[in-house]
Amino acid sequence: MQQGEVRLATDGGRAMSPTVPVDSPFAVQEMTVSYGEKPVVFNVDFTAPPESMVAIVGPNGAGKSSLLKAALGIVPSISGRVTVFGEPLATARRRIAYVPQRASVDWDFPTRVIDVVLMGMYRELGLLKLVRRPHRERAMACLARVGMADFADRQIGQLSGGQQQRVFLARALAQGADLYLLDEPFAGVDAATEKAIIDVLKSLKAERKTVIAVHHDLATVADYFDHLLLINVRKIADGPVATTFTAQNLQATYGGRLATAHIDQLQLASG
Amino acid sequence: MESGFSQALLAALTLQAGYNSALVAIGAGLLGAAAGAGGTFLFLRKRALVSDAVAHATLPGIGIAFIVMVMMGGDGRSLPGLLIGSALSATLGLLLVEWIARRTRLPEDAAIGAVLSVFFGFGIVLLTVIQTMSSGRQAGLESFLLGSTAGMLYSDAITIAVGGALSVGLVVLLRRPMTMVSFDPEWAAASGVNVRGVDLAIMGLVMAVTVIGLKIVGLILIVALLIIPPVTARFWTERTERVVWIAGALGGLAGYLGAALSASAPDLPTGPIIVLVSFTLFVASLLLAPVRGVAAALWRHRRFQLDVHRRQGLLALARGEPIFDRLTLKVLLREGLLRPDRVATPDGAARAAKVLRDEKRWDVARAVYRDETISGRYDGLTSIEAVLTRDEIADLDRRLGPPVPVASSEGAA
Amino acid sequence: MDGFLQLDLPPILIGTLAAIACALPGNFLVLRRQALIGDAISHVVLPGIVVAFLVTGVVATWPMMLGAAGAAVVAVVLIEAVRRLGRIEPGAAMGVVFTAMFAAGVLVLEQSDTSSVHIDVEHALYGNLESLIWLSGEGWGSLLDPAALADLPPELPRMAAVAALIALLTALFWRPLKLSTFDEGFAATLGMPVRAISFGLVVTAAVAAVAAFDAVGSIIVIAMFICPPAAARLMTNRLERQVAWSVAFATLSAVLGYVLAGWGPLWLGGENAVSAAGMIATVSGAILGLACLAGPHRSRVGAVREG
Repeated sequence: MQQGEVRLATDGGRAMSPTVPVDSPFAVQEMTVSYGEKPVVFNVDFTAPPESMVAIVGPNGAGKSSLLKAALGIVPSISGRVTVFGEPLATARRRIAYVPQRASVDWDFPTRVIDVVLMGMYRELGLLKLVRRPHRERAMACLARVGMADFADRQIGQLSGGQQQRVFLARALAQGADLYLLDEPFAGVDAATEKAIIDVLKSLKAERKTVIAVHHDLATVADYFDHLLLINVRKIADGPVATTFTAQNLQATYGGRLATAHIDQLQLASG
Repeated sequence: MESGFSQALLAALTLQAGYNSALVAIGAGLLGAAAGAGGTFLFLRKRALVSDAVAHATLPGIGIAFIVMVMMGGDGRSLPGLLIGSALSATLGLLLVEWIARRTRLPEDAAIGAVLSVFFGFGIVLLTVIQTMSSGRQAGLESFLLGSTAGMLYSDAITIAVGGALSVGLVVLLRRPMTMVSFDPEWAAASGVNVRGVDLAIMGLVMAVTVIGLKIVGLILIVALLIIPPVTARFWTERTERVVWIAGALGGLAGYLGAALSASAPDLPTGPIIVLVSFTLFVASLLLAPVRGVAAALWRHRRFQLDVHRRQGLLALARGEPIFDRLTLKVLLREGLLRPDRVATPDGAARAAKVLRDEKRWDVARAVYRDETISGRYDGLTSIEAVLTRDEIADLDRRLGPPVPVASSEGAA
Repeated sequence: MDGFLQLDLPPILIGTLAAIACALPGNFLVLRRQALIGDAISHVVLPGIVVAFLVTGVVATWPMMLGAAGAAVVAVVLIEAVRRLGRIEPGAAMGVVFTAMFAAGVLVLEQSDTSSVHIDVEHALYGNLESLIWLSGEGWGSLLDPAALADLPPELPRMAAVAALIALLTALFWRPLKLSTFDEGFAATLGMPVRAISFGLVVTAAVAAVAAFDAVGSIIVIAMFICPPAAARLMTNRLERQVAWSVAFATLSAVLGYVLAGWGPLWLGGENAVSAAGMIATVSGAILGLACLAGPHRSRVGAVREG
């Protein structure tokens, strides 16, 4: 299907814009999210290029996580449309894997590591289908990929923060999706976990998947990602890291919160 | 009948309906005020339902106190004795809630529910034991479940009035440290307040209110006196100190009015009437309070939603982008900013040009003013005039150059 | 022995089934930090049956159960409305709604002439477990005699059907329940109707509460929603095993509680039995107390929830 071709579909009763690029794995348009009467995301348009690794970057409270959650329908939005591989969200869910923030769940929940990974296969297993050896083997393979195979039978409350994050990533891998959305995957994890996670994400990209992560560490943006969305309630800039990750854009995003000395140490784009 | 009731109500409200009724009304008013104010401290610490566990945990104490008093050869129905027993078992229940929540992995709400149901169940066991005792058949301890002011002794009424007054006194005396601890315990600790001690005082107050209220409202409904007034007061103010006073006033009003209403006609049980008066005040506040009320919030949210869509529509007009969102189209059409053929009216074009110019002003402002108080308010809806002075805006405009017109039905493009 | 079949077997069975029906949804309520919704539901049962009586004018089981179920749903919707509209924390919202509904129930009861019929507050609180007897159960042969079986207290088949229904629903929706209880956001991204699951769980709890209160009263209902699941949580770190433990604890509470209420006073030299409902709640509390002191998984380990 050609880009820009007029397609009329409906999503929640709204006519979809004919300008949605149908080959983008993830596009939001005019997305506005608010808590009370204060917008935390305002009028954001963003189209992720295929097979890219995208970082969503901005200061604390700038609406990065809210943008992701509203796009997935976890929190309500005031306005906005979402398209995933050219389809509305409702029919494209099977192609999405989601890694929530680690602190969003109660890790004291009575369950084991392997059970959490099997939750990623809910769409195949449905209500009643028995968990058989192939399912278990695939779950173990996902755990092995994040270096957690030895922990399969542990109670999840016994894991360190980094290990919890790896389990969440293994669950997303078990979903077998084409688009991976991660909310702060590197927040508060140890160096070994950070390396394990970025290795998995890069291998996903090598498998021609798309990865979009909310990210807070400016020092690693250039190493880890190839595409960038800078937001502070509004979209400040987006584009390839090579041209978008500039001192000027960062100043515009962070305002006075970013010391000039800090910016000088980053591997910035020259443009 | 109707005028008879209103006369009786007037008599009760002016304390002319008999000595006991007057004492009960005063006691209920004082109790309501103390409960409202004391309950506020619990509510602000998000522990409202701890009081439910405390209230239900009084029952075994009442039963044991009765049995002990009878075995010592006294009258088991002595109110002070029963109240002391109920206070002791309520304290035990409270300590158990805290012990379970602190020492095991169970959350506090499960601890509350467990203590509440088990103490209550054990209390019922004791009541059935008492019913089989020779002196227990007329004990009437069931009246503590739902409260009963009918046939109340003069000494009981005095106990309630004095207890209510003492509780109000405790609130007035400790209002400052209690407010500090409820609002921000860490800061209070840093300022030298004994947080543990104040917490104990708050629980002591809740205990006192519960025990005194047993005879009027009963242990199942006493929790309403501690919860409903603070929740109601919260609709009227954002300030902790005022929540305490408003909750106290609302609780006192509900107690006094409820007791008077109940004394004016037969078959109007005191406890439920007080609770329902309190609930009526709550519903009125929920719907009608000026800022936090539902009507105000709905109106504000709708206006906010329209603001967002109008702004997004004007931005799209200014940038020459098509508009697809139905609500956006509706807002623009209704306000005469867009013609039915989707071309901007002169007014719409002017507003769009202004919006676009403000966007550009913000861009420059964010480069010029690198502090958060200014750039942090760049949320798409705050108008730039609300943040910057006129000469500051004029300075931005000098850097920007002349305004750009937007295409409209008068063909300004 | 004949006395056992006639007088004791039906109450023990009904008590056990009621305890299990409440404990099953209770496991999920406790894990969702909604333990007290059981408390709220059991309080609004009274206004429900009072209104049903006023509307129909008769004391019949089905209208009253429908009234109680309706009141439970109204209470749940009101709590949610107060919480959202007033931006009030859930505990306080519950406290406002259930006390007001309970007070309205008591008031209407006092106002209407119901003294001639058998509904009163105490009945709703304690139930009448001891009175559920089976006069035709004259010997073990009666268990095979259709005529004698037809004379069983109607509470028994009703409670059995409700307990079976709840067990079936728990098994059928096990995966969505577990997943959305653990991680509601993730469940939503899978397209699960998380709000409907949450509401369905509360309605199931309400059905259990309504069926149980008629036979055993509200005290058992509140205790069984919370105590067996809470004690079970301290015995294991697997949800599957937790649910099994909770069913075992619920059964133990019901049987031991009934036995202690009936024979305990005799052993202590007394003459009269005490409230079975109260004793069942007391036993469940004793079990929870033991689990708190000695349960193998009683304390938190590892990382706890942040923020």
